Amino acid sequence: MAGIHKSFGAVQANRGAALEVAAGEIHALVGENGAGKSTLMRILAGLFPPDAGTLSVDGRDVTGWSVPHAIAAGVGMVHQHFMLVPTLTVAENVVLGMEPRRGPTLDRGAAERRVRELGRQAGLEVAPDTPVAELSVGEAQRVEILKTLYRGARILVLDEPTAVLSPLEVEELWGVLRGLRDAGGTVVLITHKLDEVVAISDAITVMRAGETVERIRTRDTTPAAIARAMVGREVALATEGVAVGAGLDLASVERDEVGDGGGRGHGAPREGAAEWGSPPSGSMSSAASVSITIPPPPVASPPALRVRDLVVRDARGHRHVAGVSFDLAPGEIFGIAGVEGNGQTQLVEALAGLAPIAAGEIRLDGHDLAARSVRDRADLGLSHIPEDRHRRGLVLDFSVADNLILGRQHRFARRGLLDRARVDANAAEQIAAFDIRPADGLLPARALSGGNQQKVVVAREMGGAYSVLLAAQPTRGVDVGAIEFIHDRLRAARDAGKAVLLVSADLTELLALSDRVAVMFRGRFVTVLPRSQASASVLGPYMTGADGEAVA
Amino acid sequence: MIVLAFLAQTLRIATPYFFAAAGGVLSERVGVVALTLEGFMLTGAFCAAVGSYESGDPWIGVLAGVAGGLLAAALFALATIRFRADQVVSGIAVNLLAVGATRFFLQLLYDSSSNSPRVPGFDGAQTAGVGLVTTLGNPLIWLGVLALPVLGWVLFRTPFGLRARAVGEHPDAAGSVGVPVTRIRWTGVLLSGALAALGGVYLALDQHQFTDNMTAGRGYIALAAVIFGRWDPKRVLLAGFLFAAAETMQIQLQSMQVIPSQFVEMIPYVLTIVALAGLVGRAVPPAALGRAE
Amino acid sequence: MTAGTLDATPRALAPAHRRRRRREQLEEALLPPLVAIAVALVLGDLLILAFGQAPAAVYRQLIEGTWGNPYGLGQVLYKASTLACTGFAFALASRAGLFNIGAESQLAAGGFAAAAVGLLLPGGMPALLAVPLLVLAAMAGGGLVGAVPGVLRARFGASEVIVTIMLNFVVLALLNWIVSAHLHVPETLHTPTIAAGTVPRLGDVFPMFRGSAANFTLLATVAAAIALWWYLFRTRRGFELRAVGLQPEAAEAGGVSVAGVTWRAFVLAGALAGLGGINYVLGYKHYFEEGFATGSGFIGIAVALVGRNHPVGILLAALFFATISQGGLAVNALVPKPMAEILQAVIILTVAMATPGVQRALRNARQRASA
Repeated sequence: MAGIHKSFGAVQANRGAALEVAAGEIHALVGENGAGKSTLMRILAGLFPPDAGTLSVDGRDVTGWSVPHAIAAGVGMVHQHFMLVPTLTVAENVVLGMEPRRGPTLDRGAAERRVRELGRQAGLEVAPDTPVAELSVGEAQRVEILKTLYRGARILVLDEPTAVLSPLEVEELWGVLRGLRDAGGTVVLITHKLDEVVAISDAITVMRAGETVERIRTRDTTPAAIARAMVGREVALATEGVAVGAGLDLASVERDEVGDGGGRGHGAPREGAAEWGSPPSGSMSSAASVSITIPPPPVASPPALRVRDLVVRDARGHRHVAGVSFDLAPGEIFGIAGVEGNGQTQLVEALAGLAPIAAGEIRLDGHDLAARSVRDRADLGLSHIPEDRHRRGLVLDFSVADNLILGRQHRFARRGLLDRARVDANAAEQIAAFDIRPADGLLPARALSGGNQQKVVVAREMGGAYSVLLAAQPTRGVDVGAIEFIHDRLRAARDAGKAVLLVSADLTELLALSDRVAVMFRGRFVTVLPRSQASASVLGPYMTGADGEAVA
Repeated sequence: MIVLAFLAQTLRIATPYFFAAAGGVLSERVGVVALTLEGFMLTGAFCAAVGSYESGDPWIGVLAGVAGGLLAAALFALATIRFRADQVVSGIAVNLLAVGATRFFLQLLYDSSSNSPRVPGFDGAQTAGVGLVTTLGNPLIWLGVLALPVLGWVLFRTPFGLRARAVGEHPDAAGSVGVPVTRIRWTGVLLSGALAALGGVYLALDQHQFTDNMTAGRGYIALAAVIFGRWDPKRVLLAGFLFAAAETMQIQLQSMQVIPSQFVEMIPYVLTIVALAGLVGRAVPPAALGRAE
Repeated sequence: MTAGTLDATPRALAPAHRRRRRREQLEEALLPPLVAIAVALVLGDLLILAFGQAPAAVYRQLIEGTWGNPYGLGQVLYKASTLACTGFAFALASRAGLFNIGAESQLAAGGFAAAAVGLLLPGGMPALLAVPLLVLAAMAGGGLVGAVPGVLRARFGASEVIVTIMLNFVVLALLNWIVSAHLHVPETLHTPTIAAGTVPRLGDVFPMFRGSAANFTLLATVAAAIALWWYLFRTRRGFELRAVGLQPEAAEAGGVSVAGVTWRAFVLAGALAGLGGINYVLGYKHYFEEGFATGSGFIGIAVALVGRNHPVGILLAALFFATISQGGLAVNALVPKPMAEILQAVIILTVAMATPGVQRALRNARQRASA
């Protein structure tokens, strides 16, 4: 692939990206979130044509081909979000679109035989007659790979394949990929995790801001050099030999040097019996013996928020939060780090009153919150910046003024009628205080930029009276100016004596703001450290599941 | 003998349900809400009456009825699949259109606001008998009984069926492996129109005429059977038979005044509501039902 | 459903970009119905020609038979009044993100409740007391029927589309049984005439309307439009209802009970449809007759769709659909009246088909213009 350009509306996803992969290698395509990796791979898989540039496979120019062409030429893609029909069986999913026939009928026996055979060859064994809905995430991924192999894929593209896997499943996946390579197949792996790159790849292409910045053999480089190329500046915390960049996910590189974290748990849970979209839950109890000394909050005052042994289950009974306890003091920012999907979302939703708690206790200034509604909690002084502003944070078709009272509407009503004058006055005030642009309360929130939309949410949650703030991914997907603005606000809130719980996937952000940092892994806090002892290198290993063997 | 007579009458009542419900299962299985069964049936009935009357051959009537159903279904598919119009609103519009158009053309062709002239049907004997012999002599009854089992076979035993089910559950997944989602939806809706139309064809030929709004809600009873049968052809067949048996019972017991007929009429609808509320086993529709791609 | 245009927000001195937005919203609202009317006119021409008539003559007759004389206008107003109520019933639910296909049975139940309570009232009861009582009865009757899908949806997640459709049949059968078994006047299919609580016809005050069914319950419809607007755009509950309709998860995070909004919206929608029942029972026939509601539920959906779920739009759309309906009768001598039914259906279908496309096209065009 050479000189690939691709824009979506105003967003330039690829600007002259190039990728060259030799046959029979495992090639890692790395870069930060939004670097344009997935776009490049989707062009390769025929999902859409490039705006400019050429694409050739096996020396043949195939620029702008379509999915069936790509499949026919042996390019198979495993999407980050699985493309499986849950009600169909494994075999049915595998053969869908290219069914073996016997006369007019579907040859079920042949399909199942073929799935077994392929599974045996590639080390991807799954029972062919099981409905996909009953599979674990790891098994579902095997079905995805089987689908591509069934279609004769020789070039396999995997988009962030390990995001949802347990360490053991990751190891198994590496085994499968090596097997495919040794059998002559080619693998392209999209990732932003440096340890994976080092562990598995033969060659690396680094992308940044839509461009290819480096192409190198894995054995000729170091994680620090890769990180530098990804972020585009010197970011290594040199003393510890670990690269951390803005937005760079957990980089537990050169973990041998990371030995002094203190209080590290042992024996990461191994079984990965996860269900759809949930973190592995079957083995939570095995981590129970992890002993953590929780440092006291820096300010010696009664906690604003007190959480004890909180357990959160979803409607299907999966345990996402598996016994979390902490105190949140007025005047502190308590950061929660962790790879996404380890229960942070459910923890915040439970605290906010959006998810029922299965066990445990939440107290806000001494009030038991268990039976309180979202509105009661808000009235008791709880504010919540949801992690997804488009889904939870804003009603996009409401005006900015209306969004600025959402959740407080009862306080802007008198005898059931909204007081329009006060709603508008509130809007004018918040728009000025939080510099929301354009400064027009009657515009629909949809018309604002991402940063300004987020400022609307922040203004609503932080512009009034409150004592505890739950800030989930408060700067996700917003521009640099808004990030700084929001960071300043969070610090100011802390200084004004508010208690702030900050959940972020961005380690840099957490380290920049937090007074204490906890790492959440599989529904538990695996460590809680004061800022002075926390660093990317210390937190990193905890985020992958405690000690080094887990990702060896 | 009473049992056989009861069975024969139940089959006669059930036949339109079997056809329309088969259409409903197929349409909903590919992800398109089957609110239009009533309109497809009515169109089928009218076209069958016209075809049979004008040609004198009931088989021409069958063909005309199926063609009419296909035409109505094509209009619905055009609106919902091509133009992504709301399925519920479009479905209601198609039903209203079917009522209005059949009325209009009834007047235009036969200058009547109530019924068509007498048309040839399949029972050679001119007696409107209820006996087993006349029942078994009607090929449409045989087709009706077979419609759902054949559909079940197609859905669960053929490549097309696999693709159809995938499209109704997860169109993106189906599309990602090259299954032509749009074409499968079109096929499903068109076939659903043809099948439901056969239900109307049966009514018109059985009664030897088309009467204004002669389907009288049977399309909705068929939809009730689809939901009560949880989109599974076997169960839907049983549901259709059950609903028809209740009607037969009511007709047989009419003279005795045991239960008011209105309560028997309610049975399919009440059962469906109860099933939807999850009080007797949960009715879970295809996941992508109602979503325009 | 697309909701949320023409919302009420104070607009003292609108800056240019706000005026532009308002114009764009208006374009999006008006274009699909205009396309639909154009399609309907073409099709109407063809149908008229099929009957060997001249389209111009038929349309002239249609206008003369409706807006061209007081009787026709009265009939249009009468029909529009009922259609507006079922339109409100669909629109209110739609604003909460719900499909209410049950307006027909809610309307019937409202009419029945008004008649049933009216039969119990003593003959000499003053209208000032009796009419409000019967209006409340009608709304309660409709609300009760609306509560069923509302609660089933809120409590069990049952599809309100199917429940309302199925419930239509159940309620109509039930009412049919009550009337035929217990309440009918011998040899008829209707209840006895109510003794108190009738509302005068327009013709009683303005003689030119004499003979038409138009009556003063029309005022209740206009009042309902104002109340609906007030509820949706001025009250906290309306704010919460619209939030749930547009983005249920954000509403939930804003402390709104989605289940509460769901059943409340359905009860209110049912009450609005039920209110429509007084038009026939209090204002026109003074008894309940099975079948007076037939078709009004479905056309109400069209009314709400064309009126963009806004009370003012619904009033206008109700007049439009009532005109077609009455116009069909007016031209029956030239072309059979089912032509009106065809045109109504075609307009619904075309609006439904044109709405997503028009939205996309307008937005693309604006993006190109601003790029």
